[in-house]
Amino acid sequence: MQTDRTPSENPDVCVVGSGVAGALVAYSLARRNHDVVLLEAGRRFDLAERGRQLEEALRPSRDINDIWDMGGERDQFTSSGDIYYGLNNTRVKAVGGTTLHWLGITPRFHEKDFEMNTRYGLASDWPISYEDLRPYYAEAEEELGVAGSSDNPFAPPRETGFPMPAFPPSYSDSLFADACDDLGITMHSVPQARNSETYDDRSQCVGFSICIPVCPSGAKYSADVHIRKAEEHGARVIDRAPVQRLDHDSRGERVEAAMYATPDGARHRQTADRFVLACGAVETPRLLLLSTSDTYPDGLANSSGVVGNYFMDHPIVSVTAELDQPTNQEPIGFHTRESHQFYDHDDPTPGSIKLVFDNHNPANPAEMAMRGGDSGVRGDLTDVLTGDSWGDAVLEKMRGATPNRTVRLFASPEVLPRQGNTVELDRSKTDNHGNPVPDITFSVGSHGRETMAHCREIQRDILDELGATVVSESSLENPRVASHKMGTTRMGVDPDTSVVTPELRSHDLENLFIASSSVFVTGGAMNPTLTIAALALKLADYIHSDT
Amino acid sequence: MELTRRDAIIAAFAGGGVTAFATFGQTEGLLQSRNETTELGDAEMRTLVATAEVIYPSAISGIETFVENYISALPPSQQGLVASVTDELRSHTRNVRGRDFPNLSIGERNSVLRTMGVDRVGSDAYGTLPERVRYYVVNQLLYGVYTSPTGSRLVGIQNPVGHPGGYESYQNHPENPQSDAD
Repeated sequence: MQTDRTPSENPDVCVVGSGVAGALVAYSLARRNHDVVLLEAGRRFDLAERGRQLEEALRPSRDINDIWDMGGERDQFTSSGDIYYGLNNTRVKAVGGTTLHWLGITPRFHEKDFEMNTRYGLASDWPISYEDLRPYYAEAEEELGVAGSSDNPFAPPRETGFPMPAFPPSYSDSLFADACDDLGITMHSVPQARNSETYDDRSQCVGFSICIPVCPSGAKYSADVHIRKAEEHGARVIDRAPVQRLDHDSRGERVEAAMYATPDGARHRQTADRFVLACGAVETPRLLLLSTSDTYPDGLANSSGVVGNYFMDHPIVSVTAELDQPTNQEPIGFHTRESHQFYDHDDPTPGSIKLVFDNHNPANPAEMAMRGGDSGVRGDLTDVLTGDSWGDAVLEKMRGATPNRTVRLFASPEVLPRQGNTVELDRSKTDNHGNPVPDITFSVGSHGRETMAHCREIQRDILDELGATVVSESSLENPRVASHKMGTTRMGVDPDTSVVTPELRSHDLENLFIASSSVFVTGGAMNPTLTIAALALKLADYIHSDT
Repeated sequence: MELTRRDAIIAAFAGGGVTAFATFGQTEGLLQSRNETTELGDAEMRTLVATAEVIYPSAISGIETFVENYISALPPSQQGLVASVTDELRSHTRNVRGRDFPNLSIGERNSVLRTMGVDRVGSDAYGTLPERVRYYVVNQLLYGVYTSPTGSRLVGIQNPVGHPGGYESYQNHPENPQSDAD
């Protein structure tokens, strides 16, 4: 357990946040002999705790936020947009960050994602191209350990194979295959940061079937892997040290210190030559907006006024259907087939779609038995009158829910960055340190709505061809989000419309950098984590070469 | 179906047992603060087996050995919590029935649990006695058996959620489960 949380003396780099971006920056610099200190708001979870977390996750009494100590006064937020944004379900504040509870899917963005304005006249281009990021994608796949295959004809060009073979298709994938064949839809494997064989001294997947919210075996990559590696190379990690604000020099040209709090109530001042913010697309703009001064009354690095603007996420479009035959009986916790056939498009709208063939199996014997055979909360409500079942009675109820005959499709559609989708400070509500909490405003514009509708059409076509009966569809009006937070400190060459340069350096402060999905200009329809990792590795190279 | 020692050990280990449970931080402090930690002894184990006989399906055999192996493989801190609440259940039973819980018939044990309201409350590690019995006794035992392949096979699942049975079984045809996932 860490006791010394006092600042390091004159480190080269101070990284704020220990998710995948911060961990990779810290590791990549520390292994090249840079003196790195990393400040993390949350605590360190020992690998030995994951068994307990597994049990907690399966028990019906648990709240998903409890697994990683999320929630409470520290993590308060508000949601103001058309769509309620349940922020705390989408993030983890701990050493390793949100990768501690992610699904682990790691596609690359396509070339078009960087050129939305040039190709379609939509949004803005990134100031870097796929080719700029391509070598870093390959490096990120090696670092995270990605299992994949070259069977995807729609994937962007790549130079080498994947570090590990892809996971094989599921039984329900084989059912979808015939229907997709008839419709001319190509299915292919899914790149994912999950070990299909032993890799990087971590176990292959052993099939606990509960990737979200915790992988007990460590087969799924999480950023604490690179935190440990960074520490082996001399980096220092201070946990439970939320940064309260950044202070700059008298000329407003350089960040001088990160002011952080510790559990003993003390405040500390961490100086460094360079600062890298890696706190994700919500806490990064929040920290900048909290760091006001006479020179920067609207917040640090915000001369453009767009810090906190252009917040993005992918709204999920899903359909569950029933077949007149058994489908998947065995759970696995992740999916094994997708189609990117609808990703690159000719017309501007509808936009890109990533189509997912889920390995759906709602039957979870332990959870059902502990609920007395109820399939969910609704059943629990009647327990106060009727009592739960156990013994043979609960087994009969559970057998009524088997064999599984359901299948499910889901998709993530492209949405465009909208300036009105924001992360701002809600000054009416404060966290445990008296700071205004983040307020999320999120809505889906017409491009996103049309793309969502297109997702639904494709899904219905496939299910019709399969002869399945639709039993439920996600709301197109009020969708759940995929927890892919992006935008809010976007990169660009114009200091009037962007926050960081193509090198991820603040336009305003010469020693302030951002490594996060917050720098994304557009969000495509792909899971963002591999792109976050690639950008982090690129930034580390830049800082190394710049010193 | 016969529960095996392997079922018990893997269920306990997967749920954080043995060395994996070096820290059971949050709940550890709960009963310690009330000076209620209890060592798991024969009386507690007999009570747990007697509870399992009520809440496990009749198709399952080998309950006594399974429960002993499963509970014994839990980390000491978690065993202490289970034992403490089990003792409270024993005390309650003696008060209302005048006999120890394991000495009652299965029907009487079932009645004790239901009269307490264990079947009508949610499980809560920090709650009332019925809520804690549901959490530390009933649900602990159910977690153990239904994250084991033997328990889950009763509902046609070879490799249930929470069991590290490899990543092959999800590929199998539902009527031809070739993989023996344990």
